[in-house]
Amino acid sequence: MFAVLRDLFRYNIEFAIGASLFGIVVIFALLSFLAPADPTLIYVAPPDMPPSWQYWFGTNSRGQDLFWNLSASFRNTLMFGVTVAVISRLISIVVGLAAGYLGGWVDRALMFFNDIFVALPVFPILVMFYFVMRSDLNSFTLALIMGCLGWPFDARLIRSVALGLKQREFTRQAVFAGMSPLKIMLEEHLPYVMPIVFATALANMLWSIGLEVTLAVLGFTNINNPTVGTALYWANSHSALVVGVWWWIVIPVVLIVALFIGMFLLAVSMNEYIDPRSRLRRMGV
Amino acid sequence: MRGYLLFVAKRALQLLAVVIVGITAMFFISHLSPVNPVEAVLGRMTARSNSSPEAIAAMRAALTDMYGLDRPLFEQFVSFWQRLVVGDFGPSLLAWPTPTMEIVGRALPWTAGLLTVTTIFNWIVGNLFGGLAGYYQNSRILKVFGVVTMGLQPIPAYIAAFIILIVFGFVWPVLPISGGFAMNVRPGWSFEFVGSILLHATLPALSLVLVGIGSWFLGMRALVSNIVTEDYVTYAELAGVRKPRIVFSYVLRNAAVPQLTALAMVLGLIFSGTVIVENVFNYPGLGSLLVDAVNAGDYSLVLAVGSVSIFAVAVAIFVVDLLHPILDPRVRTE
Repeated sequence: MFAVLRDLFRYNIEFAIGASLFGIVVIFALLSFLAPADPTLIYVAPPDMPPSWQYWFGTNSRGQDLFWNLSASFRNTLMFGVTVAVISRLISIVVGLAAGYLGGWVDRALMFFNDIFVALPVFPILVMFYFVMRSDLNSFTLALIMGCLGWPFDARLIRSVALGLKQREFTRQAVFAGMSPLKIMLEEHLPYVMPIVFATALANMLWSIGLEVTLAVLGFTNINNPTVGTALYWANSHSALVVGVWWWIVIPVVLIVALFIGMFLLAVSMNEYIDPRSRLRRMGV
Repeated sequence: MRGYLLFVAKRALQLLAVVIVGITAMFFISHLSPVNPVEAVLGRMTARSNSSPEAIAAMRAALTDMYGLDRPLFEQFVSFWQRLVVGDFGPSLLAWPTPTMEIVGRALPWTAGLLTVTTIFNWIVGNLFGGLAGYYQNSRILKVFGVVTMGLQPIPAYIAAFIILIVFGFVWPVLPISGGFAMNVRPGWSFEFVGSILLHATLPALSLVLVGIGSWFLGMRALVSNIVTEDYVTYAELAGVRKPRIVFSYVLRNAAVPQLTALAMVLGLIFSGTVIVENVFNYPGLGSLLVDAVNAGDYSLVLAVGSVSIFAVAVAIFVVDLLHPILDPRVRTE
């Protein structure tokens, strides 16, 4: 494991940059456990203070210290992304492995639903959920809904790998040894798809966090829960740029862009690492 | 030819399935929720007025009757589909009593136009440059282009649109940042009106290009850099086939097939991006309409915009799928 990380840092500049950016944002988010005040409280600091030694990121018009507020926001957003990724990974593993290994009508039925879910535009559906649930739509419910919508791309990918694994010697041997299909899928095939699961988890987090930011910016989530999106929502609703509180917008946007570029580069470099051909080319062998 | 017809029939079946499942989901989300739409609408309508209790009771009865909420769920579902096949979503509450479909119909061309132009542009230009970057791996300009797209591509549509809005709205105000055309221009087939539309579409389109072009570039570059190591390309090079012919007919054409499949798969995602960009620039399309409808608590309009967008995306995917045989002769003959 350590040797793999060292190789990645040495030969893969994308991985080095991505891991650094992502690491910085994660550490920043973890700092929220040391926060001096509850991030949902307002008017705990003098409003509209520019960045200074006392308030590193300044304070906003709602009297919140932006450093601690954003720290909590990034923690909540990352937690949200991880929740969606875990739920959608579970569905995509089950669907992908079952469709790939069992084949036949199971495969046809699962891929039929898969293709339907791929084609559905997610955003109007999420807006519909917000419309009927309003403020009952908390972070976890939203994560559950998005987890149930975000699996089809990766299920197809896992299926294609499982199709290949099915033809391999060891699978035939396992069948002759009397292993049940469930056991073959979980014990023999699952380890082979785990690298894909991790690489796609990052891409999935990019997708879900992007949508969460969008919904929150429009005010379509629980706006009192500090997330990256609601931070921007409040800044917009106080016209932060127009009244000159630029740090309220600029700092979160810079951090979001850093997070997204970091995760994207991590996903790309992991994908490349999984494919041995491109790994060797990069190492110059 | 028979193979192609079979292919079309399969895809048409899929189109039908997507539309039915998607719109059914919309219906059940709206009905199985703990919130009663009648009460929600009523709460909004009476919040800023002082109607008498009798008037509220009358409104409640009228709304319940209009939505048919007093009937069993299955019956409501059947009548929902009966009205839907003729394109009737009931009157809009936002602009009472205009039929919802009329409002959606007014917004649809804006979104369709913006989405079609930017998607085709992104696909062609992104794939072309990506393919060249994959083939000419030592070109410095293409390498810089690659690094820039890597940095731009992961930024969510909302943030990208927002940054463009700040740059062209506050820092360097040269282009219109809001609306679909200038207020003082009369709509019609005049030079002035078309020019105004194009000018107003520039920034939304620019946002969509910035967020959309990168994935095609990167995907195509990866595909092509694998294809160039294939034996048939080496053989063509050794046999002295001219470079442009190798690049366009041998490499790009083969790599374009999976990219066309990818286009069909991400149209739903692209649509979500458009919705958001429209909202930032106040563009009079489906996205702005959806947000307005939610904020106004217009139940039928939200359902209509959602259903129409599911239908529109499914049809767009169908059209992209039909283009497959042009690139891939195997689909034609099999």
